[in-house]
Amino acid sequence: MKTALEPATLPAPADLIVIGAGPAGAEAAMSAAAQGLRVLLLDEAVAAGGQVYRAPHAGDKKSASSPEAVAGNDLRARLEASTVECHFGETVWSVSPGFRVDSLSAQGTRSWHGRALITATGASERVVPFPGWTLPGVIGLAGATILLKSQGILPGRRTLIAGCGPLLLAVAAGILAAGGEVAAVADLSPRSDWLRKFPRLASRPDLLLRGAGWLASLKRTGVPVFSAHTLKEVVRDGDQLVATLQPVDGARRPVTGPEPHFAVDAVTVGHGLVPGTDVTRLLRARHHYDFAQGGWAPDLDGNFRTNLPGLYAVGDGTGIAGAATASLNGQLAGLAAARDLGALADTVHEQLAARLEQQAAKAGRFGRAMAELMALRPAQVAAISPETVVCRCEDVTRAEIDSAIEDGARTVNQLKSWTRCGMGPCQGRMCGDVATALMAQATGEAPVAPFTGRTPFRPLPISQFAGDCDYGDIKLPPPAPL
Amino acid sequence: MTSPNPSPALSRGAGEIYDATIIGAGAMGATTALHLARSGMKVLLIDRGEICREASGVNAGTLTLHMTRAALIPHAMRGRELWLDAPKWLGMDVGARSAPGLSLAFTPAEREMLEKRAEARAAMGAPIRLITPAEARAVEPRLNDGVLAAAFCELDGHVTAYLTGRAYRRALTAAGVTIRENLPVSAINRDGAHYDITAASPDNRAPEHLRTRRLVLAGGVWLQSMLGWLGFDVPVKCLINQLVVTERMRPVMRSVVGIANGLLSLKQFENGTVLIGGGWQGIGDPVRGGVEAIPENLVGNVRLARHAIPALGETRIARIWLGLESETADALPMIGPLPGMENAFVIGCVHSGYTSAPCMGWLLSQTILGHEPELPLFDPARLMAAPAAQRPEETP
Ligand SMILES: Cc1cc2nc3c(=O)[nH]c(=O)nc-3n(C[C@H](O)[C@H](O)[C@H](O)COP(=O)(O)OP(=O)(O)OC[C@H]3O[C@@H](n4cnc5c(N)ncnc54)[C@H](O)[C@@H]3O)c2cc1C
Ligand SMILES: Cc1cc2nc3c(=O)[nH]c(=O)nc-3n(C[C@H](O)[C@H](O)[C@H](O)COP(=O)(O)OP(=O)(O)OC[C@H]3O[C@@H](n4cnc5c(N)ncnc54)[C@H](O)[C@@H]3O)c2cc1C
Repeated sequence: MKTALEPATLPAPADLIVIGAGPAGAEAAMSAAAQGLRVLLLDEAVAAGGQVYRAPHAGDKKSASSPEAVAGNDLRARLEASTVECHFGETVWSVSPGFRVDSLSAQGTRSWHGRALITATGASERVVPFPGWTLPGVIGLAGATILLKSQGILPGRRTLIAGCGPLLLAVAAGILAAGGEVAAVADLSPRSDWLRKFPRLASRPDLLLRGAGWLASLKRTGVPVFSAHTLKEVVRDGDQLVATLQPVDGARRPVTGPEPHFAVDAVTVGHGLVPGTDVTRLLRARHHYDFAQGGWAPDLDGNFRTNLPGLYAVGDGTGIAGAATASLNGQLAGLAAARDLGALADTVHEQLAARLEQQAAKAGRFGRAMAELMALRPAQVAAISPETVVCRCEDVTRAEIDSAIEDGARTVNQLKSWTRCGMGPCQGRMCGDVATALMAQATGEAPVAPFTGRTPFRPLPISQFAGDCDYGDIKLPPPAPL
Repeated sequence: MTSPNPSPALSRGAGEIYDATIIGAGAMGATTALHLARSGMKVLLIDRGEICREASGVNAGTLTLHMTRAALIPHAMRGRELWLDAPKWLGMDVGARSAPGLSLAFTPAEREMLEKRAEARAAMGAPIRLITPAEARAVEPRLNDGVLAAAFCELDGHVTAYLTGRAYRRALTAAGVTIRENLPVSAINRDGAHYDITAASPDNRAPEHLRTRRLVLAGGVWLQSMLGWLGFDVPVKCLINQLVVTERMRPVMRSVVGIANGLLSLKQFENGTVLIGGGWQGIGDPVRGGVEAIPENLVGNVRLARHAIPALGETRIARIWLGLESETADALPMIGPLPGMENAFVIGCVHSGYTSAPCMGWLLSQTILGHEPELPLFDPARLMAAPAAQRPEETP
């Protein structure tokens, strides 16, 4: 029985709705619009660009000339010149089959309708918990890139950088360039892992060169770089943080050895990225677990189609592969949607796609090599101590998670109910993949399915959601029986 | 009722025969299982999913009498006491807390409804009385000043329903109940003096057969298909209730707040989160489960909540979900023996059934054990004709 109340006035459905205006979504929207489709592009940010090509803050001369800023400005200029209907500041909080997309902005709730949907919502950062990770002054590596890029803010005067993957060096170089001090860089990966990836990294000499440049700037300033080291703990000492490192073996298992420590006022730490699958999980599309690409991701065919008709997914939300891959695949996804919607003949589609596919394959090799360096290793999860908080929103420790598993919890949804792990404002975005990994290790059944997708994708301020209204304006269904 | 020709496939069971098997591990089935096991029976509890993950684990957990059907007031009062006493009989605190309950009217029509409904429930023994708006604000200082009238009940409160499964799983395990989760039952046949239960095997091999002397169907909204296995045709309506929970916020309310028409149920838990419900409907059905919330109905529900307690405008919605609630044609429960079927029982379709589940399960267990229940059951026979006889077994 439905007691659906009359929906607000329905605007005419678009051909295609794209959620997320990062490189993947923006390119997808433009390539579909170029084939004559009416395309809506929604993003909660104030401008297109996503995580990498985020618009720099006004007055930041230095980062305005960075390769990302140049690429981002180019992306925004092309989008401006296209027929894509952009709506920024719209936080998408729900998606229904068919497709209906609901968003919230300062103006209140809006629904959008489209024949097809491309989700391109990017990735979120993973931090594998350790004692002290929830202290003020400890922030994510990816979060630090945003601070640096869009606001020109240093995480602290003296910062320790730890974790894995390319953001380590990028953040270190960014801090140095902005005049900050880097106490040390602790890289979880052994040097040999980087070297093993070298052949695939060489597919992008430009990026490799940039990495070498970053490394050189660390050398110049005498910043110590510890390979195969984990951040063991951070403790507060007066107005400073003391960060202790510990060596790890090739599997990232902590081993005994010297444990250097550093007094700093900020710590940035990140252990890779997790695909953002809010939309595909909510719509119950099929997913698979891909260790090397960050975890659970939607099943896709060669044309970015999920198993649900009309639903496409592209970019880092489908497996971590980097911005260059996201751009190219975005164009391909837009073309595929245009063909499926009848705006592009099969033969023309094949011609247009062939060249892009080659480039995307090459970029993908680089991106995936980087992603593998950041993948979640079982030993990292096993090393989480019982008293360490795993879910920071709800203060749930590993010991509490273990106890729920002992009581018979066998899915992360059950774990959530029994411990509140993942019930807070971030709704499991932070702890979800570590919680599933903990359960997989405890039960020996891998991989464990992720939290069930639910709305809203982001917390919704009630003042905006409910808007201004009188009691008489509230449309009431019939009362419950006595 | 011996079937003349038990098929060879059916007698190929695991050998073990349970004294009682309960199908459906919601609060109704789990309570029944617990009391039967504690009285010495060998009990099997089966669920197609995990224990208390449907209605019994996702409901609003309100222990209110303001919304309970008048005929169920005595059962709800007993159930409420049992939840508050859970550490004693269930062995774990499931966050049950006593709080006063208010039902509000904002318009003259709602006031009239409020008065009528309060009177009917009071007549069944609920200590509900009408109070003035000023008195209501003394109970709940942050109430909207537009309140025209209110009904007050001292006996109200709430439970954190998501802990239900953990509490029952521990208690059932301690009582020696065999719990089989993720095992959907697909058929039941009479096999001599026993019932033979066909269930999908978890590893997708040949289906499992489980044998039991007594059978309890406790399948919530899935009771219609369960009763169908035994040849009964009872329509069960499926409501798709939407619920909304906010982020933690400063204490803004201490009572359970509703509206005369039943379209709002509102309370703040100890951790600061506020739960907003009231039976606003989403999309779904027993086959697909809860499919999606209807945004317009969320807006309506949240507007009502903010109207009642304006301070809710300070917080954010953290989560929205759906739960499936069952209802019979006359909106009253089915609890008792199945007509014409020896040792087979049904329990479910109880409005505000979370509140009364600890009582209902206990009453049914008493009946199964041959005792006179302390409160009346709800004879399922009123809704069904006795089955023509189970469809004869196909003889090879
Ligand atoms: C915090 C962070 C920082 C990163 N920094 C770098 C870096 O410096 N260098 C680098 O090479 N790689 C970086 N990465 C990796 C980078 O995200 C990807 O390689 C690349 O941006 C992928 O492009 P995309 O289009 O798939 O996603 P994104 O660029 O992430 O774009 C996704 C877009 O979707 C929008 N969105 C998501 N959910 C919603 C919603 N519910 N409603 C409305 N809009 C929504 C977001 O606002 C965003 O604009 C970073 C990743 C993260 C998470
Ligand atoms: C959103 C919502 C809010 C509510 N709020 C309140 C409230 O505030 N206060 C209140 O008192 N009541 C409330 N209720 C009502 C209350 O939750 C229910 O009445 C009560 O939980 C029903 O319990 P049950 O055991 O009958 O059903 P359920 O808990 O639904 O259990 C039925 C079980 O049967 C299992 N099953 C189904 N098919 C099979 C099969 N083929 N094989 C094996 N197992 C099977 C299911 O998996 C399920 O676990 C609410 C209900 C909902 C949905």
